[in-house]
Amino acid sequence: MGLYDMPINNLNKLIASGAVQATEVVEDVFDRIEQVEGKVRAYLTLNKEAALQQARRIDEQVAHGEEIDPLAGVPVALKDNICTKGLRTTCASRFLESFQPPYDATVVERLRARGAVILGKTNMDEFAMGSSCENSAFFPTHNPWDLQRVPGGSSGGSAAAVAAGEAVYALGSDTGGSVRQPAALCGVVGMKPTYGFVSRFGVVAFASSLDQIGPVTRNVQDCALVMNAICGRDPLDSTSADIAPPDFTSFLTGNVKGLRLGVPKEYFAAGTDPAVADAVRAAVDKLCELGAVAEECSLPHTEYGLSAYYIIATAEASSNLARYDGVCYGRRDEVRADLLEMYLHTRKNGFGPEVKRRIMLGTYALGSGYYEAYYLKAQKVRTLIRRDFEQAFQKYDVLVAPTSPTTAFKIGERTEDLLAMYMTDVCTLPVNLAGLPGISIPCGFKDGLPIGLQLIGRQFDDGRLLQAAYAFEQNTDFHQRRPQLDGTGR
Amino acid sequence: MANGYRIVIGLEVHVELRTNTKIFCSCANRFGAEPNTQVCPICMGMPGTLPVLNKKALEYAIKAGLALNCNIASFSKFDRKNYFYPDLPKGYQVSQFDLPIAHGGWINITGEDGQPKRIGITRLHLEEDAGKLLHEGTDAFSSLVDYNRAGVPLIEIVSEPDLRSPEEARQYLTELRNILRYTGVSDVKMEEGSLRCDCNISLNPVTTDQYGTLVEVKNLNSFRAVQRALEYEVERQAALLDSGCQVKRETRSWDDSAGVTRSMRSKEKAHDYRYFPEPDLVPVAVDQAWVETIRQDLPELPEAKRKRFMQDLGLPPYDAEVLTASQELAAFFEECLAVYDDAKTVSNWVMGELLGYLNQEGLDITASPVAPKQLGELLQLIADGTISGKIAKQVFVQVCQTGKDPQTIVAEQGLRQISDSSQLEGIIAEVLAAHPQVAEDFRSGKEKALGFLVGQVMKATRGQANPQLVNELLRKKLQ
Ligand SMILES: [Zn+2]
Repeated sequence: MGLYDMPINNLNKLIASGAVQATEVVEDVFDRIEQVEGKVRAYLTLNKEAALQQARRIDEQVAHGEEIDPLAGVPVALKDNICTKGLRTTCASRFLESFQPPYDATVVERLRARGAVILGKTNMDEFAMGSSCENSAFFPTHNPWDLQRVPGGSSGGSAAAVAAGEAVYALGSDTGGSVRQPAALCGVVGMKPTYGFVSRFGVVAFASSLDQIGPVTRNVQDCALVMNAICGRDPLDSTSADIAPPDFTSFLTGNVKGLRLGVPKEYFAAGTDPAVADAVRAAVDKLCELGAVAEECSLPHTEYGLSAYYIIATAEASSNLARYDGVCYGRRDEVRADLLEMYLHTRKNGFGPEVKRRIMLGTYALGSGYYEAYYLKAQKVRTLIRRDFEQAFQKYDVLVAPTSPTTAFKIGERTEDLLAMYMTDVCTLPVNLAGLPGISIPCGFKDGLPIGLQLIGRQFDDGRLLQAAYAFEQNTDFHQRRPQLDGTGR
Repeated sequence: MANGYRIVIGLEVHVELRTNTKIFCSCANRFGAEPNTQVCPICMGMPGTLPVLNKKALEYAIKAGLALNCNIASFSKFDRKNYFYPDLPKGYQVSQFDLPIAHGGWINITGEDGQPKRIGITRLHLEEDAGKLLHEGTDAFSSLVDYNRAGVPLIEIVSEPDLRSPEEARQYLTELRNILRYTGVSDVKMEEGSLRCDCNISLNPVTTDQYGTLVEVKNLNSFRAVQRALEYEVERQAALLDSGCQVKRETRSWDDSAGVTRSMRSKEKAHDYRYFPEPDLVPVAVDQAWVETIRQDLPELPEAKRKRFMQDLGLPPYDAEVLTASQELAAFFEECLAVYDDAKTVSNWVMGELLGYLNQEGLDITASPVAPKQLGELLQLIADGTISGKIAKQVFVQVCQTGKDPQTIVAEQGLRQISDSSQLEGIIAEVLAAHPQVAEDFRSGKEKALGFLVGQVMKATRGQANPQLVNELLRKKLQ
């Protein structure tokens, strides 16, 4: 096992003890990147010099006998919609191709304060709009398990980087499944915390009421460590919750005795790959073997989730993306005609087709005469979906479902069939609509492609998900398998 | 000017709140700074930034709402108003749409009949200001933008269509400005843009109750402009209606130098602002106890003060109106009154000598060179006969110029009034000796002749003689 492939905890202990230098870890990860990045293409920007500098600081602290934070010296990759001061933040868009934020996102500030080493910025669907990473304005990312296939999206670069050993862990953002779905497709752990648990300040907004930052890791313990670092009230985000987060590692007991699991039948609807359904049901059986109790349940409004989601998310996006007008920053197409022409050219050339499509959808949904029929109705559906969950959580502690109805699909396979593409998120987006925590962990393989198990919890009961996920992980070995990228026999 | 028509006017007034910092970020809220020096990533709308509501702005909005007799909403929220313009960094303005912070208020003005008239206030909401476009030193294809103003807290106050003449509109604006100035939530300076006003005006035949077609008038930079633009619109719309034409529903811009309004854009092509709830802010829950604290904090407002000045101090309505035009002037008056308690005399001097002097020197009451106590003491000197009213006016000017107390000036210059008859009798004798013919005229019944003699005595004493006493002594001598 190379350094690049080690869990956060082990790496950090090695660094803290002086047995391994943080700079060695960084070098090792960059060696790995050099080996496989040409195939995976997970990164939009690499940050080697600054990463080494940061690692040297950690090494100095260790040399001075100082205590270091559990994340110190551990290399992390950030999705490219998370603002990093002085480091290009593009959202995989031509519009922000050379945008250097003069500020760090709160999550970045928190990671930096803990001595994290930032490797670079990962590829994504443009402005996080997509489920396959194919909407990146620059290039698609490839699934490390099968380079012909997508890594999922929109945090595809983060998931692929972690799966391929190009980062020890990563941050993604999840608006409708954008952390959990690529984690499932890449065979890693991806978590969307409860809405409000993690500050959105400095995260380029797609849909403000749904966006949430979450960790992508190779195991549940790493996920808990990252959650400890990123959760908590931020005065710069009015929607961040005034709730002190627990120590998430305290939930890693391995014990699920008496845990009540609900298995919503609607999440196994037509279109679910039978292999995925089987793997998820087998996972439920495994948890029951360990002492949990499970029964089938119903979330009756699930089928309306997708429509409601695409109205609310696009409505908010149409407004959030209005700021890209060529005036203050980012791209501007100089048109010496008039203001309108400048706007039109800048936005026509600055945005890709999926972004334009969603801006148009959202603009339409908010238009006078349509607002009640679309936006307001979607909000009502949202309330119904939230109530479904509330009712279910009166009986169950955790809901268990597939993360994605299928395993990773081929690059180009769904780009012409938007509905099929949108259906990819059908099991994850209700969780965003309800603002709940969700986690995806590896639970099986089909034809060498990973299958994700999704656990959904009560609001601010994120720890319980980690408890169940950890117990499952301790008794299975899916998380230990690695994709075979040529020449990786280290 | 518009015989046969009913004029219906409603005003939309924007007022910048005088908070230390902007509404959603910590940039200074300061007028007149170098362009783009009071900005940060948040008010520049940079990617990923989020608004956090300035509680002081909310407090000021509530305070203004209370002063305007509004109901304060216990639950309110912010919405996004979407439109593209370079002075709007985010491509939307954070405003309030269906749940404003305050609604259902009113203020009183004096109606055409001289009676108080209540003008309804539909709503008052909180929002952010936009930046400012500058066109200096640029070519036809570019403009400069200053974002210092972007994110300055604003309240928009919408009146009911209760105003029936341009004069009433002016009165409403004046009263509104006074009230807001009293509360201290804004500088309300139209010339600095901290108070802006758009008008809605329509005319309809008096024979019907149905409103006519609404025209919006913008670009009004002074109270006078508001009144003139409305007067122009009344004429214009009446002429159209008289000739059987229709008034077009549109927005018109006031051209102050030409004295006309011009069509800006027709309302048919009006913006669809696509309002929706601002997801980056949580709804505003206002605690009733907090509202009460703010209410307790309100100063005595202009109307209450006017009433008190009339009822308790017996001042005429005109005096009460003038003295309450600003809180500082009213305070000056009352401090003066504490030293010298004849309200009408104090009022006369404040409105006459003091305001006259300040006006002539271009000074605000807050920069008055005379302290209220000094004016009070001066009036006391007249009352106890130390100086005459005429001398007092000279002393007043000297107080203004030197800052010395009236007593000091009177003592230094020996201006004390001569009220001692023994001192005056000699002078009177001299005057009579010098003007025997005039004395004779008086004796033979020419009443006017006495005035001349009094004048001569006053002249001989350089105005210091007590004129009443001189009068009495002369009459006695000439009997
Ligand atoms: Zn600012």
